[in-house]
Amino acid sequence: MLTKRIIACLDVHAGRVQKGVQFVQLRDAGDPAELALAHSQAGADEIVLLDITATHEQRATLIETVRTTARQLFIPFTVGGGIRSLDDAAAVFDAGADKISINSAALADPSLITRIAQRYGSQAVIVAIDAKRSNGALEAYSSGGRKPAGRDAIAWATDAEQSGAGEILLTSMDRDGTKRGFDCALTRAVSEAVRIPVIASGGGGDVQTFLEVFREGAADAALAASIFHFGLHSLGELKQHLLEAGIPVRWPC
Amino acid sequence: MIALVDYGAGNLSSVRKALTHVGAAVVITSQPEIVTKADKIILPGVGHFGAIDSLEPSGMKTAIQQRMAQGVPFLGICLGMQWMFEGSQEAPQTRGAGVLAGECQRFPATVKSPHVGWNALTITGGSRLLAGVVSGSFVYFTHSYRAPVTHSTSARCDYGGEFSAAVEQDHVFGVQFHPEKSGAAGLQVLRNFCELAC
Repeated sequence: MLTKRIIACLDVHAGRVQKGVQFVQLRDAGDPAELALAHSQAGADEIVLLDITATHEQRATLIETVRTTARQLFIPFTVGGGIRSLDDAAAVFDAGADKISINSAALADPSLITRIAQRYGSQAVIVAIDAKRSNGALEAYSSGGRKPAGRDAIAWATDAEQSGAGEILLTSMDRDGTKRGFDCALTRAVSEAVRIPVIASGGGGDVQTFLEVFREGAADAALAASIFHFGLHSLGELKQHLLEAGIPVRWPC
Repeated sequence: MIALVDYGAGNLSSVRKALTHVGAAVVITSQPEIVTKADKIILPGVGHFGAIDSLEPSGMKTAIQQRMAQGVPFLGICLGMQWMFEGSQEAPQTRGAGVLAGECQRFPATVKSPHVGWNALTITGGSRLLAGVVSGSFVYFTHSYRAPVTHSTSARCDYGGEFSAAVEQDHVFGVQFHPEKSGAAGLQVLRNFCELAC
């Protein structure tokens, strides 16, 4: 049976892993390569590295960090942040990424999704959607959650799929870093609107929050960062609990 | 030396990295002459079945088939495994190598497609490629079309019905999953291939 994936995310700023609450208040969590390897050995099904300040500061993704991190990883490795062109994507793939994640650049020009997918395959293109609730609407945001994109998150997800996205990484900005639980209604709405896998992000906390996002949110995968870095959760323990609750997961690894 | 065939179907750096990790000497090549001299051949690939059409005009298809006929170990990964069959619904005008009988088909509408993530292998036993990999091990898949189960199937996987996750016929092998992305189980598969006697 296809298992539900648990993805460890490394939010990287200036070569170090950081974690914030609702996209701000950053604190240091360690070296990306070391953390990625540790998460992989602990049972993470994938690693995502997001250069969280790249778009904001108009910096290229830290290729060297990607290269070092990729060296010892033999599970899927995704890199996002600051990828604005096919050339940017190519540099990240050359450095060892298996998939790239794009957000702002895809909103500005959805044909970028198509161009990267044509060259590297759809499975290598994740469209990241940062969604925020306001007055009953679900709006997509760009630039690391700084700018409203003026687009409905669900409509954008279906457009991204049409353009060639292989997966959707859906982050609830309202829940990010809070550990209060994923936004299951948002996740289910997107998961039912597209055929490609949806990775839920933002709000992962205790085992119950993961159970809910797989059951009620119909997520194919769940991504979290801080709960793994700071040792609040052993990945293995989380997977064991999920397995006991009847969620198919890759365990033991 | 292992020739890792580059025909523009995706990114080969992860496959090369994993092969290097298990101690293999690898050369990424798009030249049939290099393949003709290689001890082993790996045909990777992701994306559309039609992409394998490009193997023909370059002479690569003939070079690979000649080496296969000479008994050189061959491993097809993902699209490379599908190429071993007669064809695929995905690109009906494109012909595969036809080493194995049957056609690759789309997943049924009852399941989400593509099939992305870690799924379990049911290993039928006696496989040289899968030696040391326990039946039930999880490996990483990402594909929209699947190969049928045949008498050459060495591991099956279930997603909206059973399909071939690994095939094996003498010195010709194929895996639908990505051994370079499948943790310890995947590295074991690559190590087994690299250690085959030529």
